Amino acid sequence: MSDIPADAVRLAQAAPTAHRVRGYWSAVWNRLRYDYVTLLFLALIVLIVLSAIFAPYLAPLDPNKSSMASRLKPILYKSFILGTDEQGRDILSRLIWGGRTSLLMGIAPVFVATIVGGFFGVLAGYAGGKLNSAIMRTMDVFFAFPSVLLAVAISGSLGSGLINQMITLTIVLIPPICRVAETATTQVRTMDFIDAARASGASTASILVRHVLVNVLSPVFVYSSTLVSASILLASGLSFLGLGVSPPTPDWGLMLSTLRQSIYVQPLVCALPGVTILVTSIAFNLVSDGLRQAMDVKA
Amino acid sequence: MWLYAARRVLFTIPIGLGVTIICFALIYLAPGDPVQSLLPPDATANDIAQLKHYYGLDKPIPVQYILWLGHALTGDLGISIQTNRPVTDEVWRALGNTVSIATISAVLAMIIALGLGIVAATNIGGWADRLATAIAVFGVSVPTFWLAVVLVIVFAVQLGVLPATGMGSKGSNTFSWFEWSEARYAVLPIVAMTLTPLGILMRTTRASLADILSQDFIQTLRAKGLSETAVIRHAIANALPQILAMFGLQLGYLIGGSILIETIFTWPGTGFLLNKAILTRDIPLLQGTILVLAMAFVGINLIVDLIQTLVDPRIKRI
Repeated sequence: MSDIPADAVRLAQAAPTAHRVRGYWSAVWNRLRYDYVTLLFLALIVLIVLSAIFAPYLAPLDPNKSSMASRLKPILYKSFILGTDEQGRDILSRLIWGGRTSLLMGIAPVFVATIVGGFFGVLAGYAGGKLNSAIMRTMDVFFAFPSVLLAVAISGSLGSGLINQMITLTIVLIPPICRVAETATTQVRTMDFIDAARASGASTASILVRHVLVNVLSPVFVYSSTLVSASILLASGLSFLGLGVSPPTPDWGLMLSTLRQSIYVQPLVCALPGVTILVTSIAFNLVSDGLRQAMDVKA
Repeated sequence: MWLYAARRVLFTIPIGLGVTIICFALIYLAPGDPVQSLLPPDATANDIAQLKHYYGLDKPIPVQYILWLGHALTGDLGISIQTNRPVTDEVWRALGNTVSIATISAVLAMIIALGLGIVAATNIGGWADRLATAIAVFGVSVPTFWLAVVLVIVFAVQLGVLPATGMGSKGSNTFSWFEWSEARYAVLPIVAMTLTPLGILMRTTRASLADILSQDFIQTLRAKGLSETAVIRHAIANALPQILAMFGLQLGYLIGGSILIETIFTWPGTGFLLNKAILTRDIPLLQGTILVLAMAFVGINLIVDLIQTLVDPRIKRI
């Protein structure tokens, strides 16, 4: 870390003015700049996100306009670039619109879980003792469930719907993030510079924000980024089981589920929503791998 | 070591209790009155009163939990709304079907992952390493349910060499692993299940082997003139506990997370049962199946931990 303040003793000596210390983030960027695979897939993610945001302008046709005459048409049939589904709706338009719910399900639960899980993890790690045991043993109980099973259990009881799906994914993601934050905080807490800060009269709040949080942030951030792809897969799995958004809304997992009935008619078209999920998931996985290497965080 | 084992077993008890609390709470997560979610919609007032008494639903929640736990511990997980049969019977019948394909998949994944991982770790940066890493990324990123659909498209629809769904030509009762005409129904589910644990186990094998191969004692082994195969054998022996731990975890994930694969292949296991419970909103069946699967996961983790202390003499955890 380069954020060590220059102390008086060193200032009294001849200060090394020519030497400019490079910051942590600039070093990270420097490593990332030459990692072309990560940059390429980062660009792909930006593209997918932008296409979801600008879906109303990009989608060639109305994603909900069905037509009995053009059901289950192949790729490049008339104006349907990627064919049509079982209700004659344009697959390409539905894939572009579907990115909205599917990406939301990948990013929003991870974001909320990072804040909540990070909070409890830092709290447990910094407080130690009984509070630590109380928080971490509760998390252990959630670790006793395979993530898919926990998601199915909560989602199956809550019922389907966008909000319920988000709540489910957030609950599933909190315990692993909490554990990573707790481990990182426990490591930082015992370091000398925390004692030094306390000895110099810094308040607990100031130590937490300026010293602990700064050091806990990068491992937690890198770990959370690996969860985005997992969250997308889990969400599309829940949608596939009918536990996600309700039918007319386009969603990749739901599209895959309804098109599955038609694999004997249009096998190629039926495979498309899955390809979209796969490409998105690979992109997020590779970018988070690249970030981990660039930020030099051990998994 | 025995002390550690005893402590590890004792430590499992509060975890197990925590699992039962979460499973018990599932009824209260379901929208509406718990009695409503336990009974079919056309239940009479008499039925409702009887059920309330049976489950003690007129008592405070902690008492209800104790009563429910008592029932669960004696093997009574309630009655399925849909089939009117005991949930325990339903889950027990399905569990075997899931455990068999999950175990075969996990072992298959382990064998392939060991082979690929060894090749990758001994040729870091080479083309074999890149290929193995690519397989791992694919395995971790692929939606297994989509892979299952693609397998059906290729092998059942296009080539027509394997059956698309079901368990045996005359249902699961006459299924046999020793007759190809029956066992072929299990091929596609097993292949679809294998890829994700294969990717993860490959990564673990590669990372831990590469780490061990860079340690000093490997240099010593080479210096005293051991052949490269013997050196790798030493390295594997050192990496094995870590790989074994990951294997146990993956086996647990396969058994607990089989819902998507089993739904696509209509394989009559616990995952298929869960999907049925969700579709029909059969909360007792959902709750019972989840409790059994989560307990199985806890049990597998415990067994793997105990085996690890047996195979790894370095572990002297007190």
